[in-house]
Amino acid sequence: MDGVDLGVDAGEIYGFLGPNGAGKSTTVRMLCTLLKPTAGQATVAGYDVVDRPGEVRIRIGVALQEAALDERQTGREILDLQARLYGLSAADRAASIARAVDLADIGDAMDDRIKTYSGGMRRRLDLAASLIHGPEVLFLDEPTTGLDPVSRAQVWDEVRRLNGELGVTVFLTTQYLEEADALADRVAIIDGGRIVEEGSPAELKRAVGADVIVVDLPPEAIAAAAAVAETLPDVDAVTRGRRGVTIATADGAATVASVAVALSGAGIHPRSLTVRTPSLDDVFLLATGYRMSAVDPAAGVGGAAPGSGSRAATPGSGGP
Amino acid sequence: MSTRPGAAVAAGGGMVRPVGIVTDIATVARRSVRSLLREPEAMAPALIIPTFFFIVNIGALESFVERSPGIDYRAFQIPVAIIFAVTGISRASVLVIDIQTGYLDRMLVTPVRRTTLLLGMMVADVVLALALSHVVVAMGFVAGVRFETGVPGILLFLGMAVAWSLAFTGFPYTVALRTGNPAAVNSSFLIFFPFAFLTPAYLPRELMTGWMQTVAAWNPVTYLLEGMRSLLSDGWQAAAIGKAAAAIGGLALVTFVMAFRSLARRVATG
Repeated sequence: MDGVDLGVDAGEIYGFLGPNGAGKSTTVRMLCTLLKPTAGQATVAGYDVVDRPGEVRIRIGVALQEAALDERQTGREILDLQARLYGLSAADRAASIARAVDLADIGDAMDDRIKTYSGGMRRRLDLAASLIHGPEVLFLDEPTTGLDPVSRAQVWDEVRRLNGELGVTVFLTTQYLEEADALADRVAIIDGGRIVEEGSPAELKRAVGADVIVVDLPPEAIAAAAAVAETLPDVDAVTRGRRGVTIATADGAATVASVAVALSGAGIHPRSLTVRTPSLDDVFLLATGYRMSAVDPAAGVGGAAPGSGSRAATPGSGGP
Repeated sequence: MSTRPGAAVAAGGGMVRPVGIVTDIATVARRSVRSLLREPEAMAPALIIPTFFFIVNIGALESFVERSPGIDYRAFQIPVAIIFAVTGISRASVLVIDIQTGYLDRMLVTPVRRTTLLLGMMVADVVLALALSHVVVAMGFVAGVRFETGVPGILLFLGMAVAWSLAFTGFPYTVALRTGNPAAVNSSFLIFFPFAFLTPAYLPRELMTGWMQTVAAWNPVTYLLEGMRSLLSDGWQAAAIGKAAAAIGGLALVTFVMAFRSLARRVATG
């Protein structure tokens, strides 16, 4: 990790977006007191993660990658163990477990061994277990990686509800742009251990430009096409990718004609020309020079409006 | 929202608070014992191996060894059987799976005391060692073995077996925590062989070959076996019992320092 400097406000959903190996999990492990930072410092829920790890631990809930559960126990036993590890009294334990059982919503399977659970059931149980003690801050490390679209949508709804109804601050890592776009109030884009861009999804997309023109090209034409596009008026930025160039512009409908004409005049024949509004993928491309979407099976999941909708931000005792 | 040190308000109004070390141990032990009871098949080798060796050793050597005066070879072999049963059993194979699946991390992000993650598993080890020891002692009774020291001797005998078993668990736990590798944990069973066989397991020391006598004199299991045999055959022998206790304590000191250091290291680096 190098130069990760971020602040998350209480009551916020903060998206930490980056490809595999970018340093997302390392950052989460440091913030969750699992990994000691070699330099620098971090404060979570008002306490320093190195000096006061115990204070941090009782205030955070953590669902790490790959729903870590003991397969030989039942769902209910996992929840009971979790409640005991947090030192809940018998009465609190019963209430917390009942709430968690509702939250996990896996029916009678709660009393079956976890080895019989599907991936989606495991995630929901894992999420419920991480919330058993009513944490102020919830860390979700790639909560939907490997889930089918239906399970993914359920996890998204749950995260929104936790944040909206209970005011839980959520720190979410994801490699899915759709996910960050759908859930996060603010997004940091991390690449190679550094934060390369930070802001609300809307701000970040606005910074790319009002519209994006995607020019699909054969590889040998990419450099020439980029050079041509850069000379055009009303073009704000041109980014080369593996499959073409992406042009940011204030008015896509007007600019696309001049792009087509200029390319044709230079003897370049695109496979396709598309005008669309920018996505976080375009932000990522602009910041890092490459696209993430190739690894984004979440793309195309319906039902999730961009932006995170309205929620009541409840002031907590400090975010991470 | 509470920011009082050591306490936080749970969403349902419950209070999350620090609990005592005994509660933490009980929490971890509850899970370990439960998973132990769910895999009784894992106990099978720990019962088959000592039974097999007990029968084979007696069949092969009883009439030969008993030519030396004053040796009851069945009583002589019961401590060997119990050592074969309880040495090397541990929850290290579960610990290494916890490491691999990330379940250990799930426990480490809770406020549970780090040392209790190991101590709780050791409680399950003690439960298993106690169960196995009872079975072996019962087998001895069936074979006609009697304790010179009576019921207190039997209790001490069981206690020594369990204490030895616990002391030995430090090896597999160390391997599990250092490597996080199930294959390495399985291989750690190999350390059992020199401990178990470079000893007066078959014959009293005075009947053993010279070099073997020397090696056995450095093996803590030698003193454990002799201490346990004294309870069976000789009555209360303070020196023999003291040496056995020292052998167990010495091994426990070494393996526990290794295991808890390994735990501290794994916890510190995630």
